[in-house]
Amino acid sequence: MTIKNHPDIASLMSCAAGSQPEALAAVVASHLSVCPECTRRVASLERIGEALFDHIEPVALKSSVPAAIARSMEAENPIESPRALDNLGLGKGEVPAPLRALIGPDLDALPWKRIGPGVWCHTLKLSKQARGNLHLIKVAPGTKLPDHGHGGEEMTLVLRGSYKDTTGHYGVGDVADLDGEIEHAPTTDAQEGCICLIASEKAARFKGVLARLMQPFLGI
Amino acid sequence: MVNVSEVSPRTYRPVISTITTRTMADLLHRVASARDVEAFKKLFQSFAPRVKSYMMRQGADPHTAEELAQETLLMVWRKAALYSGDKGSASTWIFTIARNLRIDRLRREVAWQPLPEGADDEPSTDPLPDEELDLRERRDLVRAALAELPADQSEVVSLSYIEGLSHSEIAERLKLPLGTVKSRMRLAYLKVRSAVEDLA
Repeated sequence: MTIKNHPDIASLMSCAAGSQPEALAAVVASHLSVCPECTRRVASLERIGEALFDHIEPVALKSSVPAAIARSMEAENPIESPRALDNLGLGKGEVPAPLRALIGPDLDALPWKRIGPGVWCHTLKLSKQARGNLHLIKVAPGTKLPDHGHGGEEMTLVLRGSYKDTTGHYGVGDVADLDGEIEHAPTTDAQEGCICLIASEKAARFKGVLARLMQPFLGI
Repeated sequence: MVNVSEVSPRTYRPVISTITTRTMADLLHRVASARDVEAFKKLFQSFAPRVKSYMMRQGADPHTAEELAQETLLMVWRKAALYSGDKGSASTWIFTIARNLRIDRLRREVAWQPLPEGADDEPSTDPLPDEELDLRERRDLVRAALAELPADQSEVVSLSYIEGLSHSEIAERLKLPLGTVKSRMRLAYLKVRSAVEDLA
């Protein structure tokens, strides 16, 4: 897999800071699982957190080493070992490791819901308080999606096939981390079509990904 | 709640660390290999007050912040064996534990970023002396680079890393377009890049 399109450095900083909205964080984590370059970069960006953390004004605790910790320490908890590699199965290896617990190993086994001609969707559940949406979108080969704009933060990771638009060609592992102002009409690969993971941070004044994709089909 | 307007992101107060990187790696190693309670107490005294402050900066009340600080350090105790010196300094590791706990408890979201972990069961080993020097030099470089940032860039970096705000939330807070927030982050990165990244 040759990855040509990576998340914006600002997105990687937000990831290292732990301040990225959950849906976007899921896309970045999925990308990192296949991109050693961005993984290294996030690790180095965590050093900014360390440096700022070092300078944070300390607030004294009421107790020194509190009772709960002392009890736990005395209980001789076995030291946790590194996690065993997940054994959720690899499927075709298309589902990034961080997503496997959510959707399983096989993209073809998902209960896809048709939302328009040649377009299917599977929505991933986020935490109750999460401000955003996370969808898998499957688009048939050679489909040109309607022209649409983006609002708020939005990020797309290709899991199968590819698509191209005015900003470039996106293959497996690539991330489109586009500015809100971009308008594009992506066309999917003629043979394989495309399956993408799309995260958006919900901003009330913008329509969600699904509404924008379905709008021309439904005439809403 | 912390009144954010009182917290200037520009205040890089010269903190004299009571605990050096060398000592920190030593202490963590002693916790991992010998379950050394005295070593853990020292780590606790050094880190817990800053973790508490960090949690309060994101709006946790003092009681919750104290609990989260305790919990962070309890995880340090439990997971000390997973800390691997070659994956970064001990304080970066503790920062990532606190960061993930903040996402999990204060935002009640999934912390997608795993903690950096060693690849095997071996307890951490002390870095070699010159690696240790590198770590210390690097910390100084990162601090110096951050201190040099223009106020507007320093502000967005601090809001992101310490207050835990997303780009959109920073845009709302500062009444700026989202694109401006992201470009300030990018500019800040360019200025600290040589300090934070490993030279190939």
